[in-house]
Amino acid sequence: MAEIATRMGPLDGRSLATNAVVIEAARPASRIALRAPSASLAALSLALGVDLPDRPKSAASRGTRHAFWLGPDEWLIIDEDRTDLNVACRGAEVLHSCVDVSHRNTAILVSGARVEDVLSAGCPQDLSLEAFPVGACSRTVLGKIEIVLYRTAEDDFRIEVWRSFSDYAFTLLTEAARDLSS
Amino acid sequence: MLLIRCPYCQEERPELEFRHAGEAHVVRPHNIADISDEEFEAFFFHRANPKGITHERWRHVHGCGRFFNAVRDTVSDRFVTTYKAGEPKPALEEHKA
Amino acid sequence: MTSFRLADVGRLDASKTARFTFDGRSLSGLEGDTLASALIANGIHLVGRSFKYHRPRGILSAGSEEPNALVGVHRDAARRTPNVRATVQELYDGLSAVSQNRWPSLAFDMGAVNNLGAPFFSAGFYYKTFMWPKAAWKHLYEPQIRNAAGLGTAPEESDPDHYASRYAHCEVLVVGGGAAGLAAASAAAESGQRVILCDEQAGLGGALRFESGSQIDGVAGWDWAQATAAKLAGMDNVRILPRTTAFGYYAQNMVGLVERVTEHLATPDPELPRERLWHVRAKRVVVATGAIERHMVFADNDRPGIMLASAARHYLNHYGVAVGREVGIYTANDSAYGAALDLHRAGIRIAAIVDLRDDPRGEMIDAARAAGIELLTGHCVAKTGGRLRVSSMAVMPKAGGASRIIPVDALLVSAGWTPSVHLFSQSRGKLAFDTRRQIFLPGAQAQECISIGACNGTESLAETLEEALAAGAQAVRGVGGEASRSISLPSRTAESWTGGMSGSAPGAEPGKAVKAFVDFQNDVTAKDIGQAVREGMRSIEHVKRFTTNGMATDQGKTSNLHGLAIASEILGKPMPEVGLTTFRAPFTPVTFGAIVGHGRGALFDPTRKTPMHSFAEEQGAVFEDVGQWKRAWYFPQAGEDMHAAVARECRTVREAAGMFDASTLGKIEVVGPDAAEFMELMYTNPWKKLGVGRCRYGIMLREDGFVMDDGVVGRLADDRFHVTTTTGGAARVLHHMEDYLQTEFPHLNVWLTSVSEQWAVIAVQGPKARDIIAPLVAGIDLSDEAMPHMSVREGTILGVPTRLFRMSFTGERGFEINVPADYGRVVWDAVWAEARGQGACAYGTETMHVLRAEKGFIIVGQETDGTVTPHDLGLDWAIGSKKSDFVGIRGLKRPDLVASGRKQLVGLKTKDPKIVLEEGAQIVADPRQPIPMKMIGHVSSSYWSENCGRSIALALLQDGRSLMGETLFLPMPDRTIEVEVTSPVFFDEKGERVHG
Repeated sequence: MAEIATRMGPLDGRSLATNAVVIEAARPASRIALRAPSASLAALSLALGVDLPDRPKSAASRGTRHAFWLGPDEWLIIDEDRTDLNVACRGAEVLHSCVDVSHRNTAILVSGARVEDVLSAGCPQDLSLEAFPVGACSRTVLGKIEIVLYRTAEDDFRIEVWRSFSDYAFTLLTEAARDLSS
Repeated sequence: MLLIRCPYCQEERPELEFRHAGEAHVVRPHNIADISDEEFEAFFFHRANPKGITHERWRHVHGCGRFFNAVRDTVSDRFVTTYKAGEPKPALEEHKA
Repeated sequence: MTSFRLADVGRLDASKTARFTFDGRSLSGLEGDTLASALIANGIHLVGRSFKYHRPRGILSAGSEEPNALVGVHRDAARRTPNVRATVQELYDGLSAVSQNRWPSLAFDMGAVNNLGAPFFSAGFYYKTFMWPKAAWKHLYEPQIRNAAGLGTAPEESDPDHYASRYAHCEVLVVGGGAAGLAAASAAAESGQRVILCDEQAGLGGALRFESGSQIDGVAGWDWAQATAAKLAGMDNVRILPRTTAFGYYAQNMVGLVERVTEHLATPDPELPRERLWHVRAKRVVVATGAIERHMVFADNDRPGIMLASAARHYLNHYGVAVGREVGIYTANDSAYGAALDLHRAGIRIAAIVDLRDDPRGEMIDAARAAGIELLTGHCVAKTGGRLRVSSMAVMPKAGGASRIIPVDALLVSAGWTPSVHLFSQSRGKLAFDTRRQIFLPGAQAQECISIGACNGTESLAETLEEALAAGAQAVRGVGGEASRSISLPSRTAESWTGGMSGSAPGAEPGKAVKAFVDFQNDVTAKDIGQAVREGMRSIEHVKRFTTNGMATDQGKTSNLHGLAIASEILGKPMPEVGLTTFRAPFTPVTFGAIVGHGRGALFDPTRKTPMHSFAEEQGAVFEDVGQWKRAWYFPQAGEDMHAAVARECRTVREAAGMFDASTLGKIEVVGPDAAEFMELMYTNPWKKLGVGRCRYGIMLREDGFVMDDGVVGRLADDRFHVTTTTGGAARVLHHMEDYLQTEFPHLNVWLTSVSEQWAVIAVQGPKARDIIAPLVAGIDLSDEAMPHMSVREGTILGVPTRLFRMSFTGERGFEINVPADYGRVVWDAVWAEARGQGACAYGTETMHVLRAEKGFIIVGQETDGTVTPHDLGLDWAIGSKKSDFVGIRGLKRPDLVASGRKQLVGLKTKDPKIVLEEGAQIVADPRQPIPMKMIGHVSSSYWSENCGRSIALALLQDGRSLMGETLFLPMPDRTIEVEVTSPVFFDEKGERVHG
């Protein structure tokens, strides 16, 4: 979409690099909350250009576009290039609900050798590669807030968080990193 | 902290991701506007609260978001089994380990 | 003071000294010492006073079971930790410790007068003494007891340290790093599975720290432990946590560990957390927690210098410290002989070994004899002498006879070993009683755990290692792993655990008027337990509470079995029938800091801020907390107080316009072909005929018919609604809607998405609202005809996509501009520039409240409290009368909800317009009636209304709508206020202004 104003994210300019991890705000992205019955998946996958995953705790990606399985009829679609996903969905004339949540969420990228330990300061799930492999994605909790956690590589995670909770998330991760680097 | 098996996510997840949601298998009458005071009382106010096996609803509120049902022993606080919303009460014999 | 540190004994480096103070006295110890070992090295045994009788107390143990040696450790004014066990506090250079429970000094303590009054302080004293007169409790007894209660002094400043916490997952958690734990961890680690090994001590080794005669795998036990620990530490799949106590065993193999990170450091890096809490989820838990030695229960067994035999070996063999120069031994089992032999070899004189047993046999006994140590079998210690330190023991044949006084400066005692079944018991495993050895052992397990070694009652080193290797392999196989290589650990030991007793020793039976302590920390004697039984306590749970046995901070680690044995003997019942008190977490005290972890300060609770928060900050707004949100409360200008600012804001909105940040409102997008059908079920209102582009005020009920939430709903398309909720209700309403959608109406094709944070919401309210936004909006006809009150349009503002609502919570012409949140500040600033040109102001939540109250608009949670119906609020018009179903439809017909006499929403005007009522004040019809008065209503909202030039209030009043014009009264503490009942609408009663 043509944009006149510049997006001002809640974490703009925030980053932290320690000997254990790097924590930084992700670039602004476009996002939709997609809901659909299974019969609609094929058409929606075609329209979005990414195969909507149907397994729990999984995700699919093509280029900078990602589809996260959040629930049996729920996906979070992210386009890091900020392509209008609403438009893409409109192409699929099947039963579904597409709601723009581009600005509801913001994302934090956490990477580094101690990334599992940093996240484990607040996330109760087992984040070992066996239990949470590369490409795994899950809605879960981080301390006192809800997040969507996505493992992009062995040492890289993307955390999707509602914007007003992002300061809490970033601060908690900072504290956790402090524990690991001291 | 308990681990609870979400029947939709098909794995055990930390209790922190869940929220309890009251007794299961309490069906809202289709003709609710027309039921008697006694019927409404039974539907809305009366709950079993058993010592032992109980059927209850949970929501994987910080996970897949689904409501589901669980069989839990209120004495041992152990989950016997969990199953999807809308499914009938499971036969318990097979779960007694 | 000559030092009790021996040359060439122990494992500490004599060149690495550490200075410390005790009660202000400068002393010197070595790196690696505990505070206890350093004190003993300086010849100090007197370290505290007991809780009840203020008796001088010394150091009983060398571990976490310590009941006596509790001290305060002070780093600085804010870091003053009370009740630190000197036996676990590692020494650091500059450590400052103070004794507790004494005044004016440790050696001369006024509170010791309690000791003389001991006959009055017997078991159950509190329950019997403070019963009457009743009034004395509050003014005399409680203040006195509070003054006497509690050990140590809490710091008065807030804790400057920070704490960390971590979730951890592993296949095998091994608790305890002694021979058993190390061997089990080694066997498990071989498989490559994730292993966590924790131990409460500074280093690994457990009892190998003092067992001088043990060899494992061809080397001394201690050396094997260090080599094994080093090997494990080098493995990627193993995490070793020393100084880490497994304090609680919870459901499904969740074990809580607390790691002490800086307690042992002289100058901790401020970046380090003081403690780290580990929430470990293990597939298998190997419990290798060892055993705790019991003391002997005999007269005056609490004098400083009397300690457990194993503790003396710790101090000697590890720390190189002799506990005395003339040491007596009083035992009922073999293991104390090891202490005698080790001390003898180190050149310390053993005054005598007093063994209760008539004819003990075995290698160790022979060795003691061979060493020329006097051995008094079949004897007991009848009492001890000494004031601030033991100076003698009176020894006599246990069957009776003449007693002989033997001078000693330390007396080592051992009644045998109690397996540490705490964690196993916490896991809900059943304990089994070993009748032969009179001890409780792990029985039927409730969780996937294996107990090994001393905590499992296994006595020999060889058996322990065998058991441990098997357990490690079993744990690995249990989680589907392969125990690849079989390790074998040949061992040799001179240790023997044969023998033991529990309960009181001869001469200290419960009938005797002597102080034979069972529980040192709570000053419980054998006599107290006898008294409890005599007074009718039959269960050990009752005995415990009546006597406080085992209820101190050490939780009876040394005392529980003795107490049970004494009770069971008097009752003539075997111990299991008398019962064993429940083991509860924590195993040792856990700090609040560790439990709170990261969750303090900014992380105590999320602080939510809107995209326009920075604007309000720049304008000097005062904020209020609304749930987790920070909301601008009012915007004071120079010289304005809150009253003046709110009055100005209220006036400005109605005269020109105002801007309000409404972003915190909950927003839910309801999408799908059955969206309207679903809305019909969730809200009282009809929705099917609401046109696209129109809005409606909706009321949501609970099934019981009471108002749950409200908000304006806009229809964006046939299949799409933009629903707003209250700020506080956002999550609750979505949960409620999801509940019905998923479980009651799953046939509907509709989905719900929270968009609360997708949209920043800028409310522009007032006569000039349209003029303000018009220059910025594109693609929307803002005329009253094209966009009337209660409509919604999509277009752009400043080029940014917007959902523009024409709606009003002020009664003025108003718009709510929804823009994607990242654009919120930019759009706000542009609107603000226009607004200023029109004489408008920014206003906060207080003005919002006043303006809506002037119009009689309710706020859910203020006018409602979960027991209020739409009818009570005068909102019958919002109920779709033709609907056959919606949530709450049946509840509304309940007899109590349709009866007369319900409280109804009305307005109140004070007779004196300057008086502003207090919210929550109660309304009465007749202020002269006697107290308690009949209260017929209460004030729900009350403000000064600048626009009305008077105070206004909303109230819920019984049959209020039939009382219009009546005079009622609000009795307040200082006066009674007269009010007139009015309509709840105070301003623009005809409601014309919203239409412009």
